[in-house]
Amino acid sequence: MAAVLELLLREEVAPGAVVRWLDHGPSHRPAEENHVHDKLVPHSLLQKDFVPFLLNFLREQTSQILTNGPSTPAKTPNSKALRSSASHGSQKTGSERRAGNSAGSCSSRMQLFSQRTPASSCTTGASFPSSASSGPSAFTASSLSGPGSDFPSSSPSFGCSPVFSHSEKRSSQKANLGSFLMPASDVQPVRRGRRKGNSSAIAAGRQVARDLGRSLAEEEDGKGDSTSLSDGRRKRSEVGPTSANSPPVQLNLNNLEEFPPMSAASGLTNKSKPSRRINPTPVSAERSHSKPKMCFTSTPVSQSPAARFPSGTSLETFAAIQEGNVTSITGSSLQEEREMLKKERCKLLHQTSSPVGLSLDPSTPTKPNYSWSGSLATDSQLVTCADLSKVSCKKRLEQLAQLYSSCIAENLVPNIFLELFFILQLLTSKGTTSSEDGENDMEFNQGCKDAVELQHFRNVHNCVYFAVQVLDCQFEIISRLEKGTLKLLAENERIASFSPGLHERLMKAYESSTAKVSLLLPSSVQSVSFQPETDNRSNFPSDRAFHIFKKQRDIFYELLREWEDNHEKPGWDFERVLGNRIRAMMNHLTAAYNHSHFARLFQKQLIQMCKGPIGGGTSWGDTPDQDVLNMLGSDNLSRLKRLQERFVVPQSIRGPCPPPAFPGCQQFFRDFILSAGSYQFNQHLVDSLCLKILELDGLTLVEHEPSDGEADMDEQDEKKRFTAALMTLRLLAKFLGFLVFLPYQTVDPPSRDLQESAVELRNQTLPVLDVLKLLRRSILNRRTILTVPWVVEFLSLVDHFAPFLDYYGRVFSLLLQLYRCLVLSEDKEMSFLNKLLILAVLGWLFQVPSVPEELFFTSEVNQEGLMRDTMTSAQALDSVPLVDQQLLYTCCPFLGELRKLLASFVAGSGAKNGGFIRKITPTAAESLAPKPSITQQKLQMELEQAFFHNQPPSLRRTVEFVAERVGSNCVKHIKFCRWKGPEAVRVLLPEETSAAVLSSAEDIAVGLATEKACTWLSTNITALIKREVRTTFNRMLRVQGPSLPSEDAQGERKGCPPNCQHHAPFPSQIINEIKDVLCIAVGPRDEDEGIPYVQLECLLKRLSQTLQCRKFICPTSEQQLARCTVELASFLVSDRIPIQGLKPQIPKKPERQQGKKTAVYGLLKSLLSVWMEDFWTPVPVQLMFSRKNVGYIAEVKQREWDLFLFMLHGLVDHGLMGNAEIENCLHSLQELLWSSDFLEELETISRLFISEYHVAEPRTRPCELVRQPRGTVAAQS
Amino acid sequence: MKLSKAQYDEIAQFLGHVQPTRQSLRKLKERFPSQSQSTLLSIFSQEYQKQIKRTHAKHHTAEAIETYYQRYLSGVMQNAAAPVLLELANEVDFAPSLMARIVLERFLQEQEGTIPSKILINSMLRDPSQIPDGVLANQVYQCTVNDCCYGPLVDCIKHAIGHEHEVLLREMLLKKNLSFLAEEQLRAKGYDKTPDFILEVPVAVEGHIIHWIESKASFGDECSHQAYLNDQFWSYWNRFGPGLVIYWYGFIEELDCHRERGILLKDCFPTDIVTLRHSMAQH
Repeated sequence: MAAVLELLLREEVAPGAVVRWLDHGPSHRPAEENHVHDKLVPHSLLQKDFVPFLLNFLREQTSQILTNGPSTPAKTPNSKALRSSASHGSQKTGSERRAGNSAGSCSSRMQLFSQRTPASSCTTGASFPSSASSGPSAFTASSLSGPGSDFPSSSPSFGCSPVFSHSEKRSSQKANLGSFLMPASDVQPVRRGRRKGNSSAIAAGRQVARDLGRSLAEEEDGKGDSTSLSDGRRKRSEVGPTSANSPPVQLNLNNLEEFPPMSAASGLTNKSKPSRRINPTPVSAERSHSKPKMCFTSTPVSQSPAARFPSGTSLETFAAIQEGNVTSITGSSLQEEREMLKKERCKLLHQTSSPVGLSLDPSTPTKPNYSWSGSLATDSQLVTCADLSKVSCKKRLEQLAQLYSSCIAENLVPNIFLELFFILQLLTSKGTTSSEDGENDMEFNQGCKDAVELQHFRNVHNCVYFAVQVLDCQFEIISRLEKGTLKLLAENERIASFSPGLHERLMKAYESSTAKVSLLLPSSVQSVSFQPETDNRSNFPSDRAFHIFKKQRDIFYELLREWEDNHEKPGWDFERVLGNRIRAMMNHLTAAYNHSHFARLFQKQLIQMCKGPIGGGTSWGDTPDQDVLNMLGSDNLSRLKRLQERFVVPQSIRGPCPPPAFPGCQQFFRDFILSAGSYQFNQHLVDSLCLKILELDGLTLVEHEPSDGEADMDEQDEKKRFTAALMTLRLLAKFLGFLVFLPYQTVDPPSRDLQESAVELRNQTLPVLDVLKLLRRSILNRRTILTVPWVVEFLSLVDHFAPFLDYYGRVFSLLLQLYRCLVLSEDKEMSFLNKLLILAVLGWLFQVPSVPEELFFTSEVNQEGLMRDTMTSAQALDSVPLVDQQLLYTCCPFLGELRKLLASFVAGSGAKNGGFIRKITPTAAESLAPKPSITQQKLQMELEQAFFHNQPPSLRRTVEFVAERVGSNCVKHIKFCRWKGPEAVRVLLPEETSAAVLSSAEDIAVGLATEKACTWLSTNITALIKREVRTTFNRMLRVQGPSLPSEDAQGERKGCPPNCQHHAPFPSQIINEIKDVLCIAVGPRDEDEGIPYVQLECLLKRLSQTLQCRKFICPTSEQQLARCTVELASFLVSDRIPIQGLKPQIPKKPERQQGKKTAVYGLLKSLLSVWMEDFWTPVPVQLMFSRKNVGYIAEVKQREWDLFLFMLHGLVDHGLMGNAEIENCLHSLQELLWSSDFLEELETISRLFISEYHVAEPRTRPCELVRQPRGTVAAQS
Repeated sequence: MKLSKAQYDEIAQFLGHVQPTRQSLRKLKERFPSQSQSTLLSIFSQEYQKQIKRTHAKHHTAEAIETYYQRYLSGVMQNAAAPVLLELANEVDFAPSLMARIVLERFLQEQEGTIPSKILINSMLRDPSQIPDGVLANQVYQCTVNDCCYGPLVDCIKHAIGHEHEVLLREMLLKKNLSFLAEEQLRAKGYDKTPDFILEVPVAVEGHIIHWIESKASFGDECSHQAYLNDQFWSYWNRFGPGLVIYWYGFIEELDCHRERGILLKDCFPTDIVTLRHSMAQH
């Protein structure tokens, strides 16, 4: 390995030759046939290991100089044990160095050589004496683990390397890193450890990436045998002759890891792990650079619900991890961290059978001096001025740069953007005073015999030189980055001074770039609209199920609102607050078999809230004051958005490969699933997700005749549709992956013991969604640009064993193959940005923690290429330039890290580099007291969205389709829009669509079509013609005018009299007034209390009016009016109402009595007429004969039967009751218990009534009744 | 009209232990002449209901029922024409209609030997003529007529008011040319929760988009608004998106705090309405 590099550095082979050599796997073709350089032929077995070796080499070489930004570990399999090599580093930063470097290098080399079989390692090593001699330095490449100087100290300590003689033990040692891992709260070291740990674990030839424990244990063994130093030396001497040559200076006695303080060292002899002294630095929000470490260390998916429930904190922390959100764990003080650390160590010691050398650090970087401050502007470190003239060993750097660039270009590195990030780190490295002068460098390198062993990157000048060289080669990719990044690159002084040519090209690229990207879109949260077709009673098996679901929908939104309001408050815990309520609801679901309905609602809400770029905003409440946004109008909106981004979007650098996360509102849905813990629900949700994914994955773009302007217009629409489908697919696939792999997630990565049996078991089951088939089909049909991104989301949530399953193994292998094939270049098959997106997401996937790290380098890649349909059709999405920078960055927000890195350099470099600190000082906004109104245009847009929201989705599709087609056609026939649009909409929508909906749909369709036509016009026709057409067009419109559907609403209401103004009193008012009268009638009342006659008269008149105008009458009020007017009549008849204002001027009593009687007759007459004419409902006049109401008469001392008799006749005369009916009533009355005298009177009245009616003509005029009151006859008492 | 929380509290405090009789209403009107009568009545009714809810249980213990019944019996024995039941209710701070119900229930239980059905009781309260005992019928009727917060008459008035305001609102919508689906239509379509009106085409009121309008012919106080939010408004939001609630008799200003989230409060039909006019004139 090193030998190959040595050949290159000595210019014995050209970089191109190495790449050619790399391209041809030994297993596939004989080297000779492919013009492999003679000198490389002997190394043909090593091709696979070369790229990781190269990456390690670069990381190692630069580890001292890189102090900026997070580490950029490449997830290569052999990183761990190599780290000790750092001993070559500068003495001043001695803490980096390993005492056991030589031993370390030995083991590392061995590992590199022996990725498949440990046995071969020795021989291989021996067969290359030259490389072996150079080994110590070359192999010590610590690191894949990353160049960040804070890195080593925060990683498990491998101070001592495996002892060679102990290597046989490896396979038997089953200790697994998982068992050393801290709980999820302390994730950071986990990842690191894992990555490094697996190097020696490959021994068995199986994929045992996760099985760090073994290698760790080996190292411990080595340590245990003797002191680390002597052990290291011993090994060194065993391995290579040159090791003795290593100057003792290289031993870094200052390295606390390698040479722990006495107290800790004593622990070593006890076979306990060496404890490294750690100066914990509190993790704070400002120090957000510590975030990136999570990127590689956090467990990707949740713990099992069972693990979460016991303690609230674990969930919280877990959530924090998922988001890479450091702030939530910043609360812990130093002391707490120390305590945690202690406990964990203690735990670990007890948990593991073998003495473990792991020191699992908390997430704090242990070397504050190197910690790269996340608050960018505050960096006070002086930046070394990079100087081209101070670059040493240019030629070798160029060779390296070329080789490295070729590896990137050939997709031989697992993640292109990770390498770019690394390069930008080099470009922006700040350097240290110590490493500044080249002489020191020379001196330092003097002892090295081999080129590989030389320190090429010991000063900033060399780093920058190398970086600029690589950037130059990668210009094509760089130039496709978003405009802000380009600007920073173009303005970068180092590039300008090191390569004016590149600088110029960047300037040009920047100036011509249109790739503005904004990741913050204001999200509007809406509920899922109720659609009768799917949601009404007929869709449920029973009323009960229907009503239960009604409640469930409301509970769901209640939970959502509660989450929205509170989830960001400190101490709020999802499970604690919502868990039981969710489970209670789930139980109801189960009882009612409503899971499918709920799953659909859940999924729709998920899509609605989360398909946006950052998971639908951090929360709804966080969205900026809409009114302020509106005030600014659409022009300023984007500027404000960018400004807002700078406030809201954290400027922290999270590293180029954050672990899968559930940002923003996605968090709610994930936690909901976890808390619900419902198998049934999950299953239904999986079904629902699969269906939707399959549906969306089948997206077809309308086939277009590629004709000049029109194609342009359609392209935009297609992009929009594609983007929407892609984002939704990714979201759904992520949740599908989450659900599918959820049962297999473990808190700690499981041990290898379990793997075999688990894999065996799980190999028997069929995958829920056949992603392999879909992938293959998408490759064949050249639709990978749609399918791969969501498959990646799905796979990013794999558990630790899934990749080892036969099925998913094939999926990964296929993806890898695709990755290798997609060499970036512009070609007919696929546009550059399409490829870039696929490469970016795949690269990210390969870095996801649960994806085995060796996958990329050790999998056999079929070099034959992928089967692809050569037929070009509209279905071949890959050939359509669908991806732009906005979509690229939306799908891969981590690409923004490149920009942040560059920006931080500008901020940190100060005036020296011409950079300036952009500081935003928020000032209190002017009072916005008079809330500005939404601009009309925006409001109209919102109204349109809202309109569609509550309509079935088909309506929108129809409208858009019509607008699409008509819009296209109307370019030729401008009138077409107005005429054909509505017609087409009408034809397409269901017949029962209401007029108003139809009208709006038509208008929108016409509007859209017109807009499209206008857009086309504005871009395609010269200004002159444009003006001409517009005026004609507008004139035409004005003539036609907006035609609104005429409402039939203004028509006359049934029931009201002609010309009714509906000004009658409200029924409620009349009921209330009658109630007041009744109140006074039944008492209790004041002595002098009474009701003026006119008031009663007026009341009855108004009653009549009220009943005549039918507008406000409802059955209840009419019935009540009927009932209480009968009561009122009863009180009148029994003279119980104290009527006032009855001609008091009449002095004599009998006359007054007569006057009053006449007045009451008048009132009764009014009532009778109202009953007869105005009521539509039957009036319960029989109530007049109820015991209660007749009783009112009975209670009066001086009974007055005239009124009663008058009423009886009135009832008959108005046809309200028949004679016989009244007779019956009177008879029944007599059967009740009355006083004897009353009964007598009652009998008399009865007889009188009967006789009169039998004698008299059947119909007497009411007026006669009034004139000749016959009742007088009866009053005998 | 909108009241500030402070204004509302002042009224509510005054209402403390006022009897639900017309006399009390008169006093209330004198005390707060600037407030509309219907607003005052609505607040009074709500406050009184709150008080009754608090004390409901204590009037329904077996002992309490027995005491009331015995007091009623002895009262009417002395003077059947006296407002025995009404005074008893006022004395123990209980709604007359509810007192009537308790005694009626107890009476029927004694008569029939079984616990009477709710339907029967309600029917008798609505029409006391059905009560087999004439004296009790009068007493019950006196109670229900005098009660201005509970009882069939009051329920009916409330219902009527609610209906009338819906009609008013419908008129206004028609006048504004806004097309809508009314509750009946929605029910027919099988909606599980139905606001008074769903706008077929949404409009913007004071810059907020609304999809539905609910008419409430009452005053919106904290308690009732909270209950409405839980039972109705959020449910509507959950199905149809943001909407407008009109409290015709006013509401506490501070409750109008969910505008951004999609529940808008008004005490009258809004004037600032923007409709979707995607007509060609725009272009």
